[in-house]
Amino acid sequence: MKKLLLSIKFFIILILASHAPLASAILTIEITQGVEGGLPIAIVPFGASAKDKPPLDIAAVVENDLARSGRFTPIDKKIFVSRPSDDRQVVFKEWRIVKAEALVIGSIQPAGQGRWQIDFRLYDVFKEKQLAGYSYTESGDRLRSVAHQISDLIYEKLTGEPGVFSTRIAYITRERAGKAFSYKLQMADADGYNPTTLLTSAEPLMSPAWSPDGTRLAYVSFEQRRPILFVQNVIRGSRTRIAQFSGINSAPAWSPDGTRLALTLSRDGNPEIYVMRLSDNVLTRLTDHPAIDTEPSWSPDGREIVFTSDRSGKPQIYRMRADGGSVQRVTFENEYNARASYAPDGKSLTLVSGEKGRYHAALLQLSGSVLQTLTDTPLDESPSFAPNGRLILYATERAGRGVLASVSSDGRVRQLLKLQEGDVREPAWAPFNRSTSHNKE
Amino acid sequence: MDNKIRLAVVFLAALTLAACAGGEATKPTVEDKSLGTGAEPSGAGARPGVEGKALDTKADMAKDLLGKRRVHFAFDSSAVDDENRAIVEAHAAYLAANKNIKVVLEGHADERGSREYNLALGERRAQAVERMFKVLGVSSDRIKTVSYGEEKPIAMDHNESAWALNRRVEIIY
Repeated sequence: MKKLLLSIKFFIILILASHAPLASAILTIEITQGVEGGLPIAIVPFGASAKDKPPLDIAAVVENDLARSGRFTPIDKKIFVSRPSDDRQVVFKEWRIVKAEALVIGSIQPAGQGRWQIDFRLYDVFKEKQLAGYSYTESGDRLRSVAHQISDLIYEKLTGEPGVFSTRIAYITRERAGKAFSYKLQMADADGYNPTTLLTSAEPLMSPAWSPDGTRLAYVSFEQRRPILFVQNVIRGSRTRIAQFSGINSAPAWSPDGTRLALTLSRDGNPEIYVMRLSDNVLTRLTDHPAIDTEPSWSPDGREIVFTSDRSGKPQIYRMRADGGSVQRVTFENEYNARASYAPDGKSLTLVSGEKGRYHAALLQLSGSVLQTLTDTPLDESPSFAPNGRLILYATERAGRGVLASVSSDGRVRQLLKLQEGDVREPAWAPFNRSTSHNKE
Repeated sequence: MDNKIRLAVVFLAALTLAACAGGEATKPTVEDKSLGTGAEPSGAGARPGVEGKALDTKADMAKDLLGKRRVHFAFDSSAVDDENRAIVEAHAAYLAANKNIKVVLEGHADERGSREYNLALGERRAQAVERMFKVLGVSSDRIKTVSYGEEKPIAMDHNESAWALNRRVEIIY
């Protein structure tokens, strides 16, 4: 039987994540706009013996994951004719009756020393064929990760694209602390679970940006009462000060190969975009203009950088070569366009687009410069793509509070992620964890 | 049901944490070593006692302006209008006459648009006031500028009147 390969590195990350401080509030997800016409899929509750009740309903987590993606419509369990947990119990005709196109079954059994064995199988109901079958043996606190990996496998088998259920997000929270505020840099699983606080400060935190290998976060901290740039290792918790020049040190963006950081410095009087080589901290200045130049973002091939500049009078998006040459304006619609970042395929940008005092998350196709507004809320900020390009995560305001929201890149599925108390903002979706890629035959 | 699972997850995390007490700390915590300067808005508000006088002298008006420590701006602008210019000029005159005082100019933006652009905009506003101070005789080594962008609003609402208050430079000395 095939097994997933889990690297030691990823294992350590999750161990630390399970030691999250208890004060970390969990982001809860609310689907605000669903979609008709997802692939009908039957997910049978995993078989377990009555005396060994597993600590997590794995099938329920898988069902939630797949439903939230907008590409699947799980079938109501009440109409299931049978509840197989083993290959021999599957009768495909029973699943055609309930109009399922795909079927997921599984079982979970104790494997000794607090460990569990989880088996699952995915079937094509019409072809009466097994599409995937895997077995895992994991400790009880890892069952949620197993569930997300099962979701990723199902998603990939049935859509041909990688799922993002095992990825993580980072974000900034702000909570009341007496008369003042407490700011936190946190990371959590993509579904909001397992929040870990990476930094707590009495002064604002801004602009978290993941390194391409998902081990480090660059961010801006005001802890010294001015904006200074740090890079923190999310596994060890150690951090280094990257830039503390006079003026602004901000807007970090990693090069796709992880060797350089684009950033905004105003040490020469006004905000310009620089690139820092991380091996020796050597800086190269890319822009030289009396206007504001900020918010750099690298193209996935590393050849180009987009940025925000108000050199035309209002903020608009510009594109240049990664060495600073060939600057071209790319946005012409709407009076305010800022904070662009590339889709994983490099063909489009997501950005904040404002017109008549309303600021929406938007999508710009680079060929043809077509700008599509994705939201109707007026105070959207910080949009960025999920690593598979299917979702855009952004910050917005609801009932006076900062919340996160996601919209599928076709605009059809919408969700909100919010805290019980306080504000959450500046989401940054971590890259795929390459070491957990599936071992295919 | 979902909540129960979450509670269980949190509880499990608690157990693991307890079982692992003494493990290495993974999060640096930033200590607040501030002395209450900087972010706390101070000295704003109208001075009582000016009302009711038959005529304001020039000195009274200057005093009144010195009580105002915030310079306000239009959206996405760092231009200082006449009303705000009078505030800047009053402080510049006071600082030019009191050469031992150092000043911090803290630039802020409202919440609309993007955070990093607003950080740059806050700096531009602080620099606009700094330039006026220099022209009016305050030497640059006595002036420090800092931008907080949209990160430190003084009005928490999400409407035009809150935004107008939040687009500001704080004159702190």
